Amino acid sequence: MSVLNVKVAEVEQVTEVVKHFTLVQENGEPLPHFSGGSHVVVSMDINGRIHRNPYSLMGSTANSDSYHISVRKQENSRGGSVYMHEQVKPGTRLQITYPVNLFAISKLGRRHILIAGGIGITPFMSQISDLNRLGYDYELHYAYRSPEHAAFREQLQEMCGDRVHFYVDSEGERLDIPELLSHQPLGTHVYTCGPEPMVKALHLHAKNLGWPDNHVHSEEFTAPPSGDEFTVELALSGMEVTVPGDMSMLEAMEEAGAEPPFLCRGGACGRCELEVVSCDGVIMHNDHYLSDHEKAEGRSIMPCVSRAKCSKLVVNL
Amino acid sequence: MNMAKTIAFKQETFRDDYSYSNSAEAIRRFPFPFAEDEYMYSVNIEQHTPGAPGSVFEHAIDIDEHYLAECEDRRITLENDPGRYIALPHMMDAQWDMVELVMESLSRDYPDLFELTRDGDNWHWVNKPLGIDQKFVFGDESTLPMEPFEYVGRQVQGDWVVMDQRDDDLFADMGIITSQADWSLAFDAGMSFKEWHGPVPQANELGIFDRALKYLLHLQYGSPVRRLNWTMTVNPRLDTSPEEYPLWGPDNVSVTADNVGQKVHLRVELQALFRLPRSNAMAFSIRGYLASIDDLKTYPRWAKRLRRVLTNLHPDLSEYKGLDNYRQLVIDYLAPMDDGAELELGTHPE
Repeated sequence: MSVLNVKVAEVEQVTEVVKHFTLVQENGEPLPHFSGGSHVVVSMDINGRIHRNPYSLMGSTANSDSYHISVRKQENSRGGSVYMHEQVKPGTRLQITYPVNLFAISKLGRRHILIAGGIGITPFMSQISDLNRLGYDYELHYAYRSPEHAAFREQLQEMCGDRVHFYVDSEGERLDIPELLSHQPLGTHVYTCGPEPMVKALHLHAKNLGWPDNHVHSEEFTAPPSGDEFTVELALSGMEVTVPGDMSMLEAMEEAGAEPPFLCRGGACGRCELEVVSCDGVIMHNDHYLSDHEKAEGRSIMPCVSRAKCSKLVVNL
Repeated sequence: MNMAKTIAFKQETFRDDYSYSNSAEAIRRFPFPFAEDEYMYSVNIEQHTPGAPGSVFEHAIDIDEHYLAECEDRRITLENDPGRYIALPHMMDAQWDMVELVMESLSRDYPDLFELTRDGDNWHWVNKPLGIDQKFVFGDESTLPMEPFEYVGRQVQGDWVVMDQRDDDLFADMGIITSQADWSLAFDAGMSFKEWHGPVPQANELGIFDRALKYLLHLQYGSPVRRLNWTMTVNPRLDTSPEEYPLWGPDNVSVTADNVGQKVHLRVELQALFRLPRSNAMAFSIRGYLASIDDLKTYPRWAKRLRRVLTNLHPDLSEYKGLDNYRQLVIDYLAPMDDGAELELGTHPE
């Protein structure tokens, strides 16, 4: 997998819990161009253990001098967001993957409705730079907790003009999703990124209103949940790996020296899918990739976010 | 060895008098596709990283002694039928991505032949073999003599399909196709990945397209991949399109035991896939190489291997590739060279 060596050029405290990092290539060259909605995976060496977290690129797609990511400090952080907030300073060197887009604007859409909740605003910021450049019809609906959490509000007003609508929860303002979706013309696409209940609500309402599935887009990166320790046997290489409770299966396999494939590390893309040979317990699926049917079958696992409650899981790797 | 300094471009034709021929060097670097005595489809994809110097894998986009003649043949085909170039309106970002890919690759890999100077969005492109010197503004179509993708498509060997990625699928929404093995861009434009590959026998049953699509959807910018595909063609003709079938179809029954060595060509496609940065689209290049059976006979290993592959070929594949009329003639022609000795694995000539 191609990686880029970058250094932090600037760190900006956006709100009490959100920091914005400007990244430039270490060798001074321009960074690769990317499409709106792309993300990169940032590698962090935290006390000898490599953490890799996906973050959306939020800068303009016209700019290849620097990349921009924003990180919300998570209350139940496994270390990644706290490390970004407390250890990463201007000059810090990081390694990132090339951009990958799992949340692209559908170029055949006639109208685009963007719905953001909290830090879920970030992928929309690069999408909006594309939508503006291409002259597409769009609206942004941005909901956040309170005036102190209004990350990037002024910048968005500047970028979107009267296409942006804000909803401040602490002031009793609520986005009425069914109302919004029920008045859209044919050919409209809707995109959402934000807390899980919001994403679920959008999918539910869109389905009830008869929206075609391929017009409803969401991006949700899950942090790998912790759980019980279990053992993975890699059938092809013969390795046996213990997955501690506070590590993901993917991380444990990497630490043991295996090289399983991965892309987003948030349960969204499906690249790390492994075939399950056997499991003497239950697979705890936490990804957004497999269908409910596939999860019930238990023949595949996404080791980036999913784990097992068992003594031994055997996979084809 | 720096190929760029040693390319002597040929004056030759791919139609009418078919004066096309390969130099000894071109035969030696021919991408012979058969590593084993049997052939069946597989997802035979590898990283498109620089290969051995002088090989067709050395550079992202290969330029060889047939460059000028192939560009001219493409020009004639497009003049007769402009529909061989299609770009749907939502593919404009992908068009500019292609300008960047082609100009950056060629100027980096063949600095003696191609030059690119960039000052922000003001680009200056020089193509010495074709005598082109063009200043333009990247992103502004009005500064080029034609659409950006057609402009660069006319300056490379081989065909290109550029696919838009949406709905977890890839759609053939743009292409420049003038040297195809009997398929039509006008027919396939806008099709999804599986629709487009619908006519290919056996592969769907093997689950090849499910796996290939899943893999391609995850292809990353900066990590292109490649594979080889092959068929056979009577006469060194690039434009074997369904549109022109009356012109070349009858050639399939013109092969005899006397002319098979010169008339029948193995046609190998070096297919490479590149994720494009601005559009998130995927470029699929189909770069064809033609070698006559007599060319291949230069190397006894290749003659034996080709005979065995053709002998063992699944009948469905033989029919799909259009080989039924002359396959046995090729097998018989090569038979005296095949002593039956075991051949080691690999595609190397010697």
